[in-house]
Amino acid sequence: MIVEGGYTALPQVPVDVGAKVARPARRRRGGSRWWVHAGLIAAIALIAFPLYYAFAISTQSLAEVTSVPPRLTPSWHLWANYVAAWHKARLGRLLLNSLVMATGIAVGKIAISILSAFAIVYFDFRGKQVVFWMIFVTLMLPVPVRIMSTYEVISTLGWIDTYWGLTVPLIASATATFLFRQFFQTVPDSLAEAAQLDGAGPLRFLWSFLLPLSWTNVAALFVILFIYGWNEYLWPLMITNSEEMRTVVIGIEKLVPRGGGEIPEWNVIMAVAMMALLPPVAVILFMQRWFVKGLIETEK
Amino acid sequence: MKRAVFRNRWLPYLLVLPQVVVTLVFFFWPAFGSLRLSLYRSSPFGDRLIFAGLDNFTRLLGSADYLQSVVNSFVFAFAVTFGGLAVSLGLAVLANQKIRGLALYRTALLWPYGIAPAVAGIIWLFVFHPAYGVLPFVLSLVTSVRFNWLLEGWVAMLLIVTAAVWKQLGYNIAFFLAGLQAIPGSVLEAAQVDGADPVRRFWRVVFPLLSPVTFFLFVLNVVFAFFETFGLVHAVTQGGPGRATEILVYKAYNDGFVNQQLGTSAAQSVILMVVVTGLTMLQFRYAEKRVTY
Repeated sequence: MIVEGGYTALPQVPVDVGAKVARPARRRRGGSRWWVHAGLIAAIALIAFPLYYAFAISTQSLAEVTSVPPRLTPSWHLWANYVAAWHKARLGRLLLNSLVMATGIAVGKIAISILSAFAIVYFDFRGKQVVFWMIFVTLMLPVPVRIMSTYEVISTLGWIDTYWGLTVPLIASATATFLFRQFFQTVPDSLAEAAQLDGAGPLRFLWSFLLPLSWTNVAALFVILFIYGWNEYLWPLMITNSEEMRTVVIGIEKLVPRGGGEIPEWNVIMAVAMMALLPPVAVILFMQRWFVKGLIETEK
Repeated sequence: MKRAVFRNRWLPYLLVLPQVVVTLVFFFWPAFGSLRLSLYRSSPFGDRLIFAGLDNFTRLLGSADYLQSVVNSFVFAFAVTFGGLAVSLGLAVLANQKIRGLALYRTALLWPYGIAPAVAGIIWLFVFHPAYGVLPFVLSLVTSVRFNWLLEGWVAMLLIVTAAVWKQLGYNIAFFLAGLQAIPGSVLEAAQVDGADPVRRFWRVVFPLLSPVTFFLFVLNVVFAFFETFGLVHAVTQGGPGRATEILVYKAYNDGFVNQQLGTSAAQSVILMVVVTGLTMLQFRYAEKRVTY
C-alpha cells in the first residue's frame, strides 16, 4: 500500500460518519422502503458469501471439499482442520509475528509522528521546511518502488529475519504526521501560553496537555495502522527468510501447492485464511467508531 | 498559521530526529539506490555491476514482456477502479436512504476492508477453483465456456479483479456514504419540489456534488490497484497463466528477487516512482484547488 496508504489531501468529508445525521424528517410514502431493505440485504449476502463459503470449506473433510457438486454447508471437521492448520502452518508463531509487526508499526508511526508534528507546529527552527518536505516525499516512495535497494539496506544492517527489520523501516509516516500537525494547529495558542505560565516546559506540555487532547486521533489512527501492518505482504516477504519470522498473511501462500503432485488441503488452507483475517476484521467490528474516523481522516 | 510558542535551540531537532532518520535510511537511501542501480547491469557472472547508462530503460520499453505487464496493470486498474466505484456508489446510495438499521447495514458493508488482498485472493481462488469451486460449477450448468483460471488468462484476470474489488468495497462505501451524508437535505428537497424524478435528481444534483469524493476515490483506487495488490497476485496467480496477470509491481519483484536482474528491476522501480509521483501530484493539486476554490 502506498506507504500506510497515505494521501493527506482529502476532499472535505464530514468526519463523524458514525453519527446519525440530524436532518429534518422528510415526508415519505409509508411502506415504500421495503425494496431498499431487500436490495441491501441481497447485496450484503452476496458480499458475505465468499467469506461464508471459505468458512464452510474450513469445516469440511477433504472428501467433502472435493465433492461435486460443491457442498455449501458447514460440516463437522472444524476442530480437526483448525488443529491441523495450527500445527502445519505453525500458526501460533505466525500470529505472534503478525501481532508484533502490526502493533510495532502502529505504535512506532504514531509515536514518531506526534514528536515531529509537535516540533513542526510549536517550534521555529532552521530547516523546518526541509524536514516537512522530506516527510512529504515518503508518500511517493512506497515499498514496491524501492524493492531491491531497500532489501540491500536491510541486509547491510543485519536486520533480515528480525522484528526490527519487520517494523522500523515502515514507521516513517507522512499521513500520521500531517494528521497530528493539522490537529495541533486547531489547539488554541492560549493553551500553550497558559501551560507556560504554569511553568510547564515543552515536553511537559506535550505529555500533560496535548496528548490527552489527541487521544481520539491516536485511537483512530491505531486501528487503521494496525490493519495496515497486519495485512502488509511484500515487506515481510522480502525481509524474512526463515519460517520462524514469517507473518500469517505470508504463511498462507506457502500452503498453496504450485504445480501439482501434492494434494491441496483446501480445508486447512481456508482455516489458516480464517485465522489470518479474524484479527483485523474483529478490530473493524469492535472499534468501528474509531475505524471510520481513522479511515476518513487519514484515508486509510 | 499558528505561531511557534516554544523556544529551544536543540529540542525541535531532537523531536524530528527519529522520523528524519527513518526517512533517510529507509526511504531516501534505497530510492537513490534504485536510481543508481537502474543505470547498471550485472556482469555475466553476476559478481559485479557494469555501468550501462539508459540501456535498462530502452531495453525495458522495447521488451514485449514489459509492455504486456504495462497493459495488464492498466486493464487491472481500470477494471478495479470503475467496477469498484460503480458497485460501491450504488450500495452507498441504497444505504443512504433513510431507513431503520442503517448502522447495522453499514457495519455489514464495511468489514471486507480488514481482509488482506492476499487473503481475499485465496478465498476467491477457491470460489473460482476449476475442479471444486462453486462458480465454475454453476457456470458449467448454463454455458460451455471454459472457465478455468489456470488455463485462461481472462478468467485469471477476472479472479484478481473480483478479489480486489471485493476487498476495496468497504473502503469505497465508507467514503461515498460520508460524501452523501454531507449533501444538505434542503438541496435534494429543492430538486424534488422542482419535480425532478429520483434518477434525474441523482445525476443532476447528487452526482455532481459528490464529484470531489469520486475523484479522490478514483485516484486512491488506481494507487491501490497499481501498488497494493502485489500480495494478491503473488498469492493467487503468480502472474500466470503465461503472463496474463503479471502486473508491473509483480514483474519488478520477480525480475529483481527471483531472476536476480538488479538493473532491470531497479529501472522498473524508477518508472513506478514516476507513476506514483504523478498520482500524488494529481491528488494534491486537485485537493488544493478545492480548498482555495
